[in-house]
Amino acid sequence: MSYLDASGMTGGYGGADILHDCTLKVDLGQIAVIVGPNGAGKSTAMKAVFGMLNLREGKVLFDGEDITALSPQDRVRKGMGFVPQVNNVFPTMSVEENLEMGAFIREDDFRETMEQVYDLFPILREKRHQNAGELSGGQRQQVAVGRALMTKPKLLMLDEPTAGVSPIVMDELFDRIIEVARTGISILMVEQNARQALEIADIGYVLVQGANRYTDTGAALLADPDVRRTFLGG
Amino acid sequence: MSGNRTSASQNMGLRYTLVALVLPALFIIEWINGGPNAALGILNMGLISAILALGVNLQWGYAGLFNVGIVGFIALGGLAPVLVAMPPTEGAMSAGGGRIALALLAGIAAIALAIAVNRKAPGKTRIIAVPTVLIAGFAIFRMIFDPGVEAVQAINPSATGFLGGMGLPTLLAWPLGAALAAGAAWAIGKTALGLRSDYLAIATLGIGEIIVAVLKNEEWLSRGVMNVNGIPRPWPVPYEIDIQADAAFIERAAGLGLDPVTASTVLVKLLYTGLFGAVLLALIWLSQRALNSPWGRMMRAIRDNEISAAAMGKDVTRRHLQIFILGSAVCGLAGAMLISLDGQMIPSGYNPLRYTFLIWVMVIVGGSGNNWGSVVGGVLIWYLWIKAEVWGPQIMDLVTASMPPGDLKSHLLDSAAHMRLLVMGLVLILMLRFSPSGLLPER
Amino acid sequence: MDFLNALVALTNYIIIPASTYGAQLALGALGVTLIYGILRFSNFAHGDTMAFGTGLAIIVTWGLQAMGVSLGPLPTAMLALPFAIAGTAVLVLVTDRLVYAHYRRVKAKPVTLVMVSVGVMFVMNAVTRFMIGVDDIKFADGARFVISARGFKEATGLAEPLAFRTTQLLTLVTAAIMVAALFWFLNRTRTGKSMRAFSDNEDLALLSGINPNQVVRVTWIIAAGLAVTAGTLYGLDKSFKAFNYFHLLLPIFAAAILGGLGSPLGAIAGGFIIAFSEVGVTYAWKKVATYMIPGFEAEGLLQLLSTEYKFAVSFVILIAVLLFKPTGLFKGKAV
Repeated sequence: MSYLDASGMTGGYGGADILHDCTLKVDLGQIAVIVGPNGAGKSTAMKAVFGMLNLREGKVLFDGEDITALSPQDRVRKGMGFVPQVNNVFPTMSVEENLEMGAFIREDDFRETMEQVYDLFPILREKRHQNAGELSGGQRQQVAVGRALMTKPKLLMLDEPTAGVSPIVMDELFDRIIEVARTGISILMVEQNARQALEIADIGYVLVQGANRYTDTGAALLADPDVRRTFLGG
Repeated sequence: MSGNRTSASQNMGLRYTLVALVLPALFIIEWINGGPNAALGILNMGLISAILALGVNLQWGYAGLFNVGIVGFIALGGLAPVLVAMPPTEGAMSAGGGRIALALLAGIAAIALAIAVNRKAPGKTRIIAVPTVLIAGFAIFRMIFDPGVEAVQAINPSATGFLGGMGLPTLLAWPLGAALAAGAAWAIGKTALGLRSDYLAIATLGIGEIIVAVLKNEEWLSRGVMNVNGIPRPWPVPYEIDIQADAAFIERAAGLGLDPVTASTVLVKLLYTGLFGAVLLALIWLSQRALNSPWGRMMRAIRDNEISAAAMGKDVTRRHLQIFILGSAVCGLAGAMLISLDGQMIPSGYNPLRYTFLIWVMVIVGGSGNNWGSVVGGVLIWYLWIKAEVWGPQIMDLVTASMPPGDLKSHLLDSAAHMRLLVMGLVLILMLRFSPSGLLPER
Repeated sequence: MDFLNALVALTNYIIIPASTYGAQLALGALGVTLIYGILRFSNFAHGDTMAFGTGLAIIVTWGLQAMGVSLGPLPTAMLALPFAIAGTAVLVLVTDRLVYAHYRRVKAKPVTLVMVSVGVMFVMNAVTRFMIGVDDIKFADGARFVISARGFKEATGLAEPLAFRTTQLLTLVTAAIMVAALFWFLNRTRTGKSMRAFSDNEDLALLSGINPNQVVRVTWIIAAGLAVTAGTLYGLDKSFKAFNYFHLLLPIFAAAILGGLGSPLGAIAGGFIIAFSEVGVTYAWKKVATYMIPGFEAEGLLQLLSTEYKFAVSFVILIAVLLFKPTGLFKGKAV
């Protein structure tokens, strides 16, 4: 069984269902990418994994444990980290304070984790006393990822981490994400830039209208002519 | 679904029936116990309260605007009967009235100039230019204004010492009261609407305090703490003394088995009741028409979802300004009516607890968004407010009856007067919490 | 000599009173701005929270005086302050539990909370009146002056007097300590940082496992502490009258908005700007002008506005801020 095993997820925000029997699985150290057209329910699927919407059917297993009924906060305690797409930093707090807040639920000494984050994102060490709201878009994303890493999660979920950043910054962010995965953390991310994201993906999920359409390794999806034509623009 | 709706509308019908039975019953009991004068006295103020609640309901119920300065709009409306109906003070206009008028014009001109400078002046120079214009304008204003005020206030200060009015019929003051309040509402709305909803509340709190402060201190205008007395009554209300001297009236009163004094006071009150009732009915009719017009539907659409209304191209701020002005104008009208009823203007009597928060209790208890609810809330809460003044000490007497005389007992007896504040506050909080739609909910 | 006299007059009539008043306003505005930052509504009951707390402080003061306890040269009320803060904190916490918590649960619009706070204001006002009545109460005891007018004249030989009252010094020192403690708490402690995080980005704070109930509780306790301190200092400096605290709402709100709602630093700056404007505009400048400009004979008092209109100053500043810079000087969160 996979480390994260969310299967048969069906539900929405109260009105009509957005997800229909959607399944997402990620193993430790793997990078899983969710792609698909606008309105396919990509973010919704990830939020469902994180417990931000009520599932009518299906369940979420994490490290073999059924966490379907847990609140997002409790899932953070179980080892999930979540980076929202927007508003993902505390703008009037310094970089260091942002990281501290990420470690809020930890009772132990988190300085070592903070050093690891700084090693991963050296620019953050440089700007540790600057307010997060004053940083550039790419740097802010690094703060956001760093904040989520402070709880030492086993699964890191990223909602369109490269939205609104330049291509160079995007490449750098992807490099960092690969590095994070190498430390043994599973990554589940939603991406608009499907081609680049699939290139680094161990496993890719193509969602259409809240249901799984294609599931395969990133490379295989990139090679699939159907996927290429329909979702990657040829 | 349809079964639900029928029971809901039955429920509404029941509420209306209950209200239609209870309210008159209260007044009949009051009439029997306290006599016609007491009952009509409460009813007349209740009608004015109903109009006030109607005005506030326009703002809150139709548009979700929170006005914390109702007292200011009432006070400003109350100035109108003074300006319109009082006889002009002899010599005041020539002594200083002209100067005061000129000063006010100069003040307005300075503000207009400042606005123009703010629009036209390039970049940073504005920061210096605008304050300079305003300060210079203020200095000029004071230079023209102060001697004028002194001259006016010097004229027989114990009796007049103010400009007086125009000696016109009091009824004309009512629309003027509405207009004055509307003007103030325009200025405030222009500034605070379109920002966070809290800001309107804070800005209206401010304007309310300022207007009352002006009336308290500008003796040339409102005689300040010396009050303006003897404001003529509106047509067709006569003076008791005059009708008591009328032989035909005495005869008719005797025919009804009444002594002339009671008969005259009751007649005067009844005429007020008729006058206020007519205004109230007209306003309800207009409000109901407005509520059910496309304009009213749009207002409610904006209230329920500002963002989507704005997305559909509705100019939310403009609509809000409109309704804020309308609602405040109604409060100004009621303020003018109030002064016409009292026959005197007591600037220091404008207490925000009584003239702002009590009105809010009326609107919330009656049912925000429902015009009839506001009327019911206005009359009912006014009745309770008046009666609580009597009941509070009575209850305290009962509570303390078995206590030994001492500090605690006298303290409790003294504080009975604060009881109704507490009760009204609790009523407001409890209604908002458990029955936010009020006695007569909006459909 | 004239220059010195002018300087003394300026200090005596403007700088000392305005600083004192500014410190009181700043403490009040800090409470308003904190509640706004965390609970996201303008708390109209803040003035009456101040009044209630001050009333409580007076009653405890009377009790202490009856027991013969005193602080020597300092007013006994300073000893009563902790008790009054504790009592007021209990009151606001109970109020939050019984009243405000519900609206947070249903995610009510901010304006609903504002209206509810008006209801709370009503009730607190009544409770305060029950407790201590509506009379004007002076409760400052201890030494009256640090520098007395006569002593200053004799010591310096200047024509102008300079008086510095104990309550004024006390206000400045207490406010400085309170503000320093508050900033230390907000910037250095875990709980304080979690409050800032909550104010910055509520959703992310929840995601990070910050307990909203704890944040709200701590906020109310701090706001009560600030309100009672501000109210008691104001009462010591002037006198206590329940209704005056309602009138303080306007300058306090003006200060908080001027500084930028939600910004503690802004609230302090706002408080002092409002206070100096108010005192400066209502001060008769004739004396200072006569000293400063040789041969100058002022016709009037050179007073811009009579003191009855001091609240108009806050109002004008408020309007100007709303017109030109609704986010305030220190970039508050609200537009």
